[in-house]
Amino acid sequence: MTFDPVAFIVFAVLFVLVSIIGFAAVRWRRTQKLNNLDQWALGGRSFGGFVTWFLLGGDLYTAYTFIAVPGAMYALGAISGWFAVAYTILVWPIVFILMPRLWSVSHKHGFVTPADFVTARFGSRGLGLAIAATGILALMPYIALQLVGIQSVLQVMGLGSGSGLLQDLPLIIAFVVLAAFTYSSGLRAPALIAFVKDFLVYAVVIVAVVYIPIKLGGYDKIFAAVESHAKTVAAAAAAKHVPSTFALLPSAKSYWAYATLALGSAMALFMYPHSVTGVLASKHRETIRRNTIFLPLYSLMLAFIALLGFMAIAAGIHTTNSRLAAPLLFQAMFPSWFAGVAYAAVAIGALVPAAIMSIAAANLFTRNIYRDLFRRSATPAEEARVSRIASLVVKFGALAFVLGINTQNAINLQLLGGIWILQTFPSVAIGLYTRWMHRWGLILGWLAGMIYGTVTAYGVSTPTVAHFAGSTALIPGVGQTGYIALTALVLNLAVASVVTVALRVVAARTVGVDLTQPDDYVVDLPGTTVEPTFELAGTESRRQTI
Amino acid sequence: MVEEDRFPRVVATAEGRPPRMSEAPAAYIASAVLLGAAFVALLWVPSYAHLTPDLGGIPFFYWYSLLWLVINACCQGIAYLLLVAAPRRRRQVRP
Repeated sequence: MTFDPVAFIVFAVLFVLVSIIGFAAVRWRRTQKLNNLDQWALGGRSFGGFVTWFLLGGDLYTAYTFIAVPGAMYALGAISGWFAVAYTILVWPIVFILMPRLWSVSHKHGFVTPADFVTARFGSRGLGLAIAATGILALMPYIALQLVGIQSVLQVMGLGSGSGLLQDLPLIIAFVVLAAFTYSSGLRAPALIAFVKDFLVYAVVIVAVVYIPIKLGGYDKIFAAVESHAKTVAAAAAAKHVPSTFALLPSAKSYWAYATLALGSAMALFMYPHSVTGVLASKHRETIRRNTIFLPLYSLMLAFIALLGFMAIAAGIHTTNSRLAAPLLFQAMFPSWFAGVAYAAVAIGALVPAAIMSIAAANLFTRNIYRDLFRRSATPAEEARVSRIASLVVKFGALAFVLGINTQNAINLQLLGGIWILQTFPSVAIGLYTRWMHRWGLILGWLAGMIYGTVTAYGVSTPTVAHFAGSTALIPGVGQTGYIALTALVLNLAVASVVTVALRVVAARTVGVDLTQPDDYVVDLPGTTVEPTFELAGTESRRQTI
Repeated sequence: MVEEDRFPRVVATAEGRPPRMSEAPAAYIASAVLLGAAFVALLWVPSYAHLTPDLGGIPFFYWYSLLWLVINACCQGIAYLLLVAAPRRRRQVRP
């Protein structure tokens, strides 16, 4: 791919701009030093509806949206691509129901991570550890997906086509910048950058969904081209006696796959610790619920972006690497300078969630592994220090995923994380309503789900990729193909229930201690005072009256 | 055993809470229906996996999904009014 200087300069200017914002964010809305987790990792728990909307949008709008979904639409069509639209619609009712409860109980007890909640709810540090480890593990491929997104635009810009270190240098630079501002500014950096990012993203998407169809002759022409493409692929597949790889519509064989991918992903999204981080950073309980009315705007944008994959087909973009479909479409359709804006939108769009994700993973490590297992007496300042360092380590773990797993089918990286994170659903989501489940039952159920999910995903292969090639497999006993995450969750719940019943009969006294009260799940803070956690000498520490 | 929270940091009361299910069953049932509608519509894939009727060349499957995006957002808005905004207003009228 040839180097385009104009696009690169625009890209570089925007990238430098957001990096400066990232470092400057350390001073934004600050009343205290950033030496405790509430300040560093949750922005002081002070964000109102407006900032929260952008921040949560930042969680949803990732390289997944811009690279993986159009890539899947381009290569595979409706089932692996368009399900994301159903998924991002269904996620909001789930948020509406679950998240206010999690916000209340977390605010009451100062929880920073979902594992903090589980530990206190079920009186089991072991279960908390399992939840934390799952969160960190599941975030790895998700952060990796963000890096893949950045890599994709760099590649299309003609960078990183050298060899060895030179090839990876642009990605490494982007990576170091991300790591540095996350380290110094914490959650304030992605929250502030999210504004710039959304402005860029909306500009690019609105131009793309109006301008590109005009150039291609309208949506009817685009869908007509996709339909004939589907027929061509089907004919070629029929000649080889293999099933077609591209679908314009789900067929009877893939109804289950489509529905389980949508439902499983929707249930999984707010189990991810970085989504919870975005929720807990808001100032009021109902902020998040009111937000769910307006957050579907992001889903609408995602749908438009998904259609970029079909536009790439109609525009005659040819690539065997589907994750390049959207950037190549920008290159083919836009003038250089606007292509530069679009590349920057994708890259910055990957930085924001990558920062939030690494903060969330670092918090899990600090609170639920470092503090709970090794240093009970860790001070808040020490927690913040450990978290900052952990946020760096986490990013390198993600880099290992980029190198270790085939990234062509990028959407699979996110789906793989979903398989793992969904196994925390019984403890976190169901735990918000009932603690009927026994802690050991939850641990064994989790273990069963994790093992089943990982082994099954490992066994999915295609002619070109040996392992982890997809996220759907035959559902035992149903005879249909479905998202592995949901099958594993059913197994998880079954094991947890059976063990719970058994233990309640034979060892009722082993039920853990619940630190939460029923009222903790519904408190809001109207007119009450949030006590600053620490009065720090030499800093202006004022009481925030809400 | 887990030790007590070391940083109980919020002085909170339950006064501002939304009504419990037992206090406003109708609002809860209505909200459950409103929030559940999108699940039924979108997960029942055979009901909409069709090419026609198309909308300006966009197959039914695609524009119908987007229609539900809008319907669901409205449903959530109504559920918010029922569960949060209306009770809050009532509280303000009679403190």
